[in-house]
Amino acid sequence: MSGFGKRGRAVHGLILRAIQCFLRDIWGAAFWQAVADDLRLPAQGFEAMLTYDPALGPAVLDRAAARLNRSRDSLLEDMGTYLVSHPRRDGVRRLLRFGGAGFADFLHSLDHLPGRVRLAVPDLALPSLRVQALAPDSFRLTVGTPGDGLAAPVLAAPVLAVPVTMVLVGLIRAMADDHGALVLIEAEGDTSLRIDVLDGQHASARDFRLAAPA
Amino acid sequence: MSVAFPPSDPAVPRSLVPMSVLDRLTPLHVALTAEGRISGLGLTLRRLIGGDAAAAGSIAGLPFDTGFTLRRPADLALLALGGPVELTLRDDPRHPMRGLALPLPGGALFLALAFVDLPAAVRDLDLTEADFGPTDHTVDLLWLIEANAAVSGELRSLNRRLQGAQAMAQEQALTDPLTGLRNRRALEGALADHCAGAEGFALLQLDLDRFKQVNDTLGHAAGDHVLIEVARVLTQETRAGDTLARLGGDEFVVLLSGMADATRAMQVADRITRRLSRPIPFEGQACRIGASGGLILAPARAFPAPEAILRQADAALYAAKRAGRGRTVAQDWQA
Repeated sequence: MSGFGKRGRAVHGLILRAIQCFLRDIWGAAFWQAVADDLRLPAQGFEAMLTYDPALGPAVLDRAAARLNRSRDSLLEDMGTYLVSHPRRDGVRRLLRFGGAGFADFLHSLDHLPGRVRLAVPDLALPSLRVQALAPDSFRLTVGTPGDGLAAPVLAAPVLAVPVTMVLVGLIRAMADDHGALVLIEAEGDTSLRIDVLDGQHASARDFRLAAPA
Repeated sequence: MSVAFPPSDPAVPRSLVPMSVLDRLTPLHVALTAEGRISGLGLTLRRLIGGDAAAAGSIAGLPFDTGFTLRRPADLALLALGGPVELTLRDDPRHPMRGLALPLPGGALFLALAFVDLPAAVRDLDLTEADFGPTDHTVDLLWLIEANAAVSGELRSLNRRLQGAQAMAQEQALTDPLTGLRNRRALEGALADHCAGAEGFALLQLDLDRFKQVNDTLGHAAGDHVLIEVARVLTQETRAGDTLARLGGDEFVVLLSGMADATRAMQVADRITRRLSRPIPFEGQACRIGASGGLILAPARAFPAPEAILRQADAALYAAKRAGRGRTVAQDWQA
């Protein structure tokens, strides 16, 4: 499937692999297999370090949503939560906790997330993220399109091909939990979120140390 | 307390940076008096040496070597000249720090330091974001180390899966799918290896007798069953390191590695032909086949050509068939 990469219209395997792991870890291997069979996907599923047809991401999500009788948006939100809070994905939680000591620091660090991700995976172009503080406890997150924004546009980079705003709702809510903050998150259209911190120290934050666990 | 920095241009007035600012900007610094006594410590060093503020306060005014062991340069007199510096905590020498010694007016000294092995220091000393200066890229570096480890982990597992798939494809390419024996291509490889080696070996070429009748009268399922049974007999009558191949149809080749003794090779061949002369039951019927063999013994250091070995084995097999089948004819290798 490397041909998609050459045309610059491929989706990064990491995205599809994340969807696969999410469906498998939450609803079981048999459920994932059923979705994969419906779409005649390769038996071993997606490889994180290859690229694929961008239509596959939405196709897998829609197929899974149909089988679960759920909306795609609610599935994506669950996926965001899964990425941060599932025991198997502790690496993602840790990488996001590097954003700073408190929840507000984490929110502001989202501005730099696409750039940081590019340091580790140069061909994974995330949409630009812009966080504005509306008030001390109120924020707006605006989601751009992959490759736009201040960073140099990554030509021919595999695009995301998965709507990311709803994933961010689940992910930010889970990160608020991790920081012990009580928040209200609301989607304002397809590309904007409003985040209100109701109580910054609602519960104790989960442990985080800079040193990687052995 | 404040430290005066000499300006690079004498016309510019000296600026004073309060020590509290330096504490935050360079949490790993040591300020020394002209006498070599500690006059200030960055926040992180204060925590690491003192454990608490009171203990850290008590270290002020003490000699440098109460808190630190100098590794480079050799002594304080050389250190006072400025330049590269490497040291450890006196009480915990596991994590060397290196940096620059900057001479200050009046003989005072400012040491700006960083850990040599950052991830190890972060782990062992339980350092946090607050232990690094605000413009320091340490935390980003740690992020990148962890992110890279995750990425290379994915690459490693992809490589492992590809390697497994490649090994399986290779195995399939060399195997006869019906019997699980090696195929013609695998035999060619093994035979070439044997011919190139100095060791002697024996090659037994086998044709089944009356196999066509079994196929014609009892059907292909019976024929397949017979072929699988033959493979089982060959496996049982040879050693694990020998090469057993089905070349297609009812033709088999047995390569006996390291076999230098003609009598023993003939015994193996006889056992095989004897067992294959017994009827093989299949779904209540008896499949009556037999086997004829041609055996060639390649002596040590003969380095035969593979085609020549196969040709001579074929000739011996032909002789066995002419002599009435159900037997093996052995012939000496003709160089």
